[in-house]
Amino acid sequence: MALPVADRSTAKTPSTFGFIFKKAALSALVALALFSLMIGIRTEAGPSGQLIYWTRFGDLAAIVAAVFVGSILVELLRQWLGPAGTRTIVPPRITEGLSVASRFLAPALLVFALLVPVIFYNQRYLLDLGILVLTYVMLGWGLNVVVGLAGLLDLGYVAFYAVGAYSYALLAQYGLPLPLLSTAYPFITVEHLQLGPWAFWVLLPVSGLLAALWGVLLGFPVLRLRGDYLAIVTLAFGEIIRLVILNWQDLTGGPNGISGIPRPTLFGIPLNPGPNGLAGMLGIPFSPTHRLVFLFYLILALALLTNWVAIRLRRLPIGRAWEAMREDEVACRALGINITTTKLSAFATGAMFGGFAGAFFATRQGFISPESFTFQESALVLAIVVLGGMGSQLGVALAALTMIGGFELFRGLEQYRMLVFGGVMVLLMIWRPRGLVGHRAPSVFLHRERTTISSDMVKEGRG
Amino acid sequence: MDYFFQQLINGLVLGSIYGLIAIGYTMVYGIVGMINFAHGDIFMIGGFIALITFLVLVSIGLTFVPVILLVVLLVSMAVTALYGWTVERIAYRPLRQSFRLAPMLSAIGMSFVLSNFSQVAQGARVKPIPPVITGGYTLHESAAGFAVQLSNVQIVVVVTTVVLLAIFTWLVARTRFGRDMRACEQDQTMAALLGVDVDRTISMTFVIGAALAAVAGMMYLLYYGLVDFFMGFVAGIKAFTAAVLGGIGSLPGAMLGGLAIGLIETFWSAYCSVEYKDVAAFSILIIVLIFLPTGLLGRPEVEKV
Amino acid sequence: MSVSPDILTVEHLSMRFGGIVAVNDLSFAAKRREITALIGPNGAGKTTVFNCITGFYRPSGGSMRLVHDDGATFQLERLHDYRISKVAKVARTFQNIRLFPGMTALENLMVAQHATLMRASGFSLLGLLGVPSFREAEARAIDVARQWLDRIGLVDRADDAAGNLPYGDQRRLEIARAMCSGPALLCLDEPAAGLNATESGALSDLLLAIRNDFGTSILLIEHDMSVVMEISDHIVVLDHGVKISDGEPRAVRDDPKVVAAYLGADEDTAIEVMESGT
Repeated sequence: MALPVADRSTAKTPSTFGFIFKKAALSALVALALFSLMIGIRTEAGPSGQLIYWTRFGDLAAIVAAVFVGSILVELLRQWLGPAGTRTIVPPRITEGLSVASRFLAPALLVFALLVPVIFYNQRYLLDLGILVLTYVMLGWGLNVVVGLAGLLDLGYVAFYAVGAYSYALLAQYGLPLPLLSTAYPFITVEHLQLGPWAFWVLLPVSGLLAALWGVLLGFPVLRLRGDYLAIVTLAFGEIIRLVILNWQDLTGGPNGISGIPRPTLFGIPLNPGPNGLAGMLGIPFSPTHRLVFLFYLILALALLTNWVAIRLRRLPIGRAWEAMREDEVACRALGINITTTKLSAFATGAMFGGFAGAFFATRQGFISPESFTFQESALVLAIVVLGGMGSQLGVALAALTMIGGFELFRGLEQYRMLVFGGVMVLLMIWRPRGLVGHRAPSVFLHRERTTISSDMVKEGRG
Repeated sequence: MDYFFQQLINGLVLGSIYGLIAIGYTMVYGIVGMINFAHGDIFMIGGFIALITFLVLVSIGLTFVPVILLVVLLVSMAVTALYGWTVERIAYRPLRQSFRLAPMLSAIGMSFVLSNFSQVAQGARVKPIPPVITGGYTLHESAAGFAVQLSNVQIVVVVTTVVLLAIFTWLVARTRFGRDMRACEQDQTMAALLGVDVDRTISMTFVIGAALAAVAGMMYLLYYGLVDFFMGFVAGIKAFTAAVLGGIGSLPGAMLGGLAIGLIETFWSAYCSVEYKDVAAFSILIIVLIFLPTGLLGRPEVEKV
Repeated sequence: MSVSPDILTVEHLSMRFGGIVAVNDLSFAAKRREITALIGPNGAGKTTVFNCITGFYRPSGGSMRLVHDDGATFQLERLHDYRISKVAKVARTFQNIRLFPGMTALENLMVAQHATLMRASGFSLLGLLGVPSFREAEARAIDVARQWLDRIGLVDRADDAAGNLPYGDQRRLEIARAMCSGPALLCLDEPAAGLNATESGALSDLLLAIRNDFGTSILLIEHDMSVVMEISDHIVVLDHGVKISDGEPRAVRDDPKVVAAYLGADEDTAIEVMESGT
């Protein structure tokens, strides 16, 4: 069936061995020039602070050879798949099949998530990984409101994650400040309310609200900015927050971070070995896995809450206004939509979920430091959202699972991790610039049958 | 007052380095309309190439400093330019007609690749070199004993920057390539129809931007005497700030913006606090974009309704 | 007490961009429940007038007064852009269609009812909880949208992406969307551009129906003289930012100054102006 196409491709591009060989040789030559110095010669600061070097020509030869072979393989693959540009790697039939399967995929994933602590009860590593994946699913769903729905490119999302985490940690440490009226000058005193076992449950919403407030604070100045400018300003904002946390040692402990953050309780009942702990009260032997299982269900519940709110908001006028703003801001203004409040509400909503996730992160780790809130985190969450397909809830969940899972595969090769992550990001963008789930489901229907809109039609927003 | 003049000199030198990087941002933004996130890391690569070349030259027994400097400059420009070319070829060209977010994420990915590549290839530790250019002049000595110094390194940095800038300006204003580049900035389709090889022009833009970043990397190495794999990120954002401050797309603007950022950072460190110098630079980025979105020398963008 | 017969009164409107004067001391009035056409050669400043009325430009001088049927009066030059639509009830379409291409036809019409729905959803809080009063409001909004889709013959394609609709349908959908915001004054920027004869005929019927059935006043920029002469109650002619003629279609058509302006601009159009309606 693909015969005519294959014929044309062979006619157009010379697929002879000589051509491929020449191309590969050229790639190898470029690689040689690129890597001769960077890989062929290894520098290091010597014991006396003086620079020393040694050669690694073996490694260099191996890499150049790898580039040569890889280039041949890529070229063969390309010719086998048909001419570049016209080829679609995933045939439409399969994509359609996927969209049918996706209807069952979401419930199946949910059931699986609910069963994870039961199936993997004895594998703490997997439970930990599950908690990590769900944290990123939640962050992805939160950022999706800003980037996917409202079309506002936010490269500093980690700032709100940090605000949430530090809000929780600091308020738990110092107590919740409550302004009280008093009869004596200055008529208002601030009491610090220590929350004890209820700290997490009271401070979780507080952290989310504080993060939302920061979302609005950031949103105000950047209202007029578009596209890349917005991206770079949000990036700068994220870095400013991190640098302030890093340098404001009196409050945040600077690079040493904050430790001894209170662990969450099952609505007041601590999960510890003591007689008042959950295990003690139930009369069962204590196990640290209890807390892990509890944390797993806690983040699952938080993620599902995020999902529920996001799906719900999308079908409300505010959600439709977000999407309309992504499609055409000028038309929105002509229809009486206040761009200012619409943008700010998107920032605030996204930031709030980031704040929740941050508070959860703090209580899970028991320790936070600025190192956890670098630009790389923002890039990771954004990559999850874009790979997920901008606005698709299921896509984001799948992307988080793939990305974080894939990240863990490289656990042993710590130093290669970011290298591979960066490379994968580039390849994914070239392979599927529109993400895994490439269509948009309308928010309201007039007729019964459910249609979807191809992402070729959907705008990505200029904001 | 002497302290002020000393900071002024330091700021101008630092600003020259930022300006050289900023030109790469501004050129690429002008022609393909994207922030080349990997450009800061190209600058870092340039620094490393300069360091390694320097080491090799010294170990083969070359001692005449001007020759060393010239060879290091040429080698790091050439190799780094090839990095710029490769990055464009691999990560950006396939996405040129794609939707806007894709090249941006691809660029962020490429930035991670480059910085972690040099971490893996050259180790995470800071690499120092002994001062290559020593000596200098004392311009003025106050009664209190504070001297305003102008070191030879500073002179080399500023002179190199000025010379390269002159060559570069001539390239853009007078040559065939410069004309093609300006044509592609205006309208790529039309330029292609008129026989401009758009792909090659864009490639050349990346190559030249990377070569100038390599110069900046080498100057950084000479001036501070060290390089590390993470220096590209912050320097990149600051240079981007400089490009925006000068008006993105404007070449003299990039240089002017670079000088401004260099001065602000130096004076902030000298008179306010060193810890918050990056916060100051980032805050300026935000303030400029909000109040002066077209920068100092940029053209205003009029929205058609 | 009688309300002014003019829904929109523009007085001494000027708009300068740098040294260029796009609109110079323009005064005209649009009557209630009438179709007023704004015509003139290319570059006469028509769209600039629209952008001033709908708040996309802040005029360099002059005033624009809008009076609702109930006597409520708005100075448009003092209102922020989105409030002109939300409060003063002026809706508009664009010369180059500005639908939300990735959203369905129905969604486009729902977005136009944003203000009403937003209030009904208790600024999202009540809507999030799914209270019955919001569901009712939403059902009503869908009903309004359905009626408009019916009127423009797009009920069957309600759930298709607006960007996938044929050009003529997109034009009509944009008008329907503007009408869904419940305007007192509807401003249409070249609604017949790119339409064939049958389609512009249907457009004329639609605009007449909007005026007759809904009592909405219409301000229209149009180059298609058959449409203009057929449906306009009143015509204002601009040239180089200055008003050169103002009156009933017949009077304007015979105005030598108008003929001269069009002759100066383009002979074919001038002949069209003179021949149309005869």
